[in-house]
Amino acid sequence: MRAFTYTRAKDATSAIKLLAENPNAKFLAGGTNLLDLMKEDVERPNALIDISELDLSEIKPIINGANQGGISLGGLGKNTDSANHLLVRQHYPLLSQAILAGASGQIRNMATNGGNLLQRTRCPYFYEVAMPCNKREPGTGCGAREGINRMHAIFGWSEHCVAVYPSDMAVALTALDATVIVRSANGQQRSIPIADFYRLPGNEPEKDTNLMHGELITAIELPKNRFAEQSYYLKVRDRASYAFALVSVAAALEIEGNTIKQARIAMGGVAHKPWRALKAEQILVGKEATEATFKRAANAEMADAKPLTHNAFKVELGNRSIVLALQMAVNGGKA
Amino acid sequence: MDEHESPELTEEEKQLFADLMPDDLAEIMNTGVNRRHFLKLLTLAGGGILAAQSAVAERVLTRPSRETLPVELAPSSLENGVDIGLKVNGKAHKLTIDSRMTLLDTLRERLNLTGSKKGCDHGQCGACTVIVNGSRVLSCLTLAASCEGKTVQTIEGLAQGNRLHPMQEAFLKHDGFQCGFCTPGQICSAVALLDEAKKGHTSYVTGNVRQPGGPVKLSNEEIRERMSGNICRCGAYPNIVAAIQEVHSGKPVEQVFRSA
Ligand SMILES: Cc1cc2nc3c(=O)[nH]c(=O)nc-3n(C[C@H](O)[C@H](O)[C@H](O)COP(=O)(O)OP(=O)(O)OC[C@H]3O[C@@H](n4cnc5c(N)ncnc54)[C@H](O)[C@@H]3O)c2cc1C
Ligand code: FES
Ligand code: FES
Repeated sequence: MRAFTYTRAKDATSAIKLLAENPNAKFLAGGTNLLDLMKEDVERPNALIDISELDLSEIKPIINGANQGGISLGGLGKNTDSANHLLVRQHYPLLSQAILAGASGQIRNMATNGGNLLQRTRCPYFYEVAMPCNKREPGTGCGAREGINRMHAIFGWSEHCVAVYPSDMAVALTALDATVIVRSANGQQRSIPIADFYRLPGNEPEKDTNLMHGELITAIELPKNRFAEQSYYLKVRDRASYAFALVSVAAALEIEGNTIKQARIAMGGVAHKPWRALKAEQILVGKEATEATFKRAANAEMADAKPLTHNAFKVELGNRSIVLALQMAVNGGKA
Repeated sequence: MDEHESPELTEEEKQLFADLMPDDLAEIMNTGVNRRHFLKLLTLAGGGILAAQSAVAERVLTRPSRETLPVELAPSSLENGVDIGLKVNGKAHKLTIDSRMTLLDTLRERLNLTGSKKGCDHGQCGACTVIVNGSRVLSCLTLAASCEGKTVQTIEGLAQGNRLHPMQEAFLKHDGFQCGFCTPGQICSAVALLDEAKKGHTSYVTGNVRQPGGPVKLSNEEIRERMSGNICRCGAYPNIVAAIQEVHSGKPVEQVFRSA
């Protein structure tokens, strides 16, 4: 690991200032992604600003503003605490499940909500500094485009990058229309809808998100919804637990009588960002919640998939996963 | 400094050499050359014949390889020194560490607590699991610098004197290991896991996460999911689950004899 200075931030304002002053500085939260990448020489900060002890971990109801009636998760709250908080379990079980589907008990005890959103891709070409990777070193090419790309994207990729984004939590947040609250060096606060937070690779794959250097994620807000009764996070992976998703689906429905009033579907493991399945959602709304409807919705979404050499299986897997996740959502988590 | 390289022998070791290699003692004392070879022989013989011959041999064999702490580096020789104070297994320590030091390396290299193991150093195996401020975490992905004022519990801190922690007893009873490399991490993880269950924590395989949290009774499936962050290359999983289930349920669990 390269040398760096370590500073324990006293408060958010000084943390942001320290970061803004130094383009090579980074915030350290749980460290579960950043330290790993520093050991691999992928991340090379010369200064770490430890924000883990900042007083930004509260989970609380939102009493006014755009997300009134919803809840706010502190940016430095631990993943374990978010997943187990009674407000989250009661009203956003989809989010609890998605967080719990990720990593391990130990890692979730360390990982923070903000850090989780900003974890970087697990593409092996990104991790291996001897390989070309436009995300790690712009201009060197994409090793995975013609390389081993079984784990890679089937939606929204570009010739410059075919990596997928790894967070489970963010997939649920995307389905639930969360807002990321950030504070910048000039003291301004900015609210970024999660749909505008992540990016497709285009020709700037080095940018995962639209967050600017020096901006601190202070909170994540979830609007009120009526999905709690019928939602499910399905994660399909190479082993039963402690592995990243091949494909995951966050499914949430609001059903009145027999008719679907609202539908939210987001997918993980298929794109450079959590993939909102808008086409599938459109087909579901106004229809009866039957297997036939679910199949039509899944087909419509997956018809746009563009698999690479080794990941065509993700198209069929995605298709079946959408159907199964919707079924489990309406059957109280049972298949 | 490696003690094995040192020509200095302890009184016990001198006795042992005198017992077993009377002819070579003088040479060893003068040069130290064969000492290393001799200790290696002893180790190869394991706790077997040699040790059986002599209680002294047994003591020499089972003693930790290094009794003294490594020499403290002068803070000036560290590129980015950070002063920290932390409590490990009830004992307070003040250290100056390189900012890059992980908690795992600090425990192993500076505090001589080598129970916590480095399996992967990348968060992928759980061998380095320790309990910090009551929560199980991975010490390989924790910067020691971030542990200021924190309380760390490692495998060395679980037993009370000669009385093993119930989880240690259960791992012994159920043969919850083969090579033992993953075991300190497994046990620390399991101990903290039972606390999480008492607090009502939920998991990905919990049927309905909306059910309000109170202490939860863990099925074997739940234990497997919650322990998935601890990999065992020897595949002792069925026995590990049995050991944890026994401590969790408070009822004897039948021993499983099958290969994983
Ligand atoms: C073996 C392993 C398996 C894993 N499996 C999964 C999985 O299956 N699913 C999954 O979703 N995740 C998985 N993870 C990833 C894990 O969830 C992330 O590493 C974790 O969520 C990152 O959070 P952190 O607080 O540790 O972030 P850090 O590592 O501290 O930081 C990550 C990045 O975010 C920045 N940052 C952190 N907090 C803020 C903030 N408040 N404002 C602005 N910037 C900030 C940091 O500067 C850094 O660049 C796994 C990790 C490991 C090691
Ligand atoms: S050594 Fe820490 S998880 Fe493997
Ligand atoms: S006992 Fe050998 S790795 Fe688990």
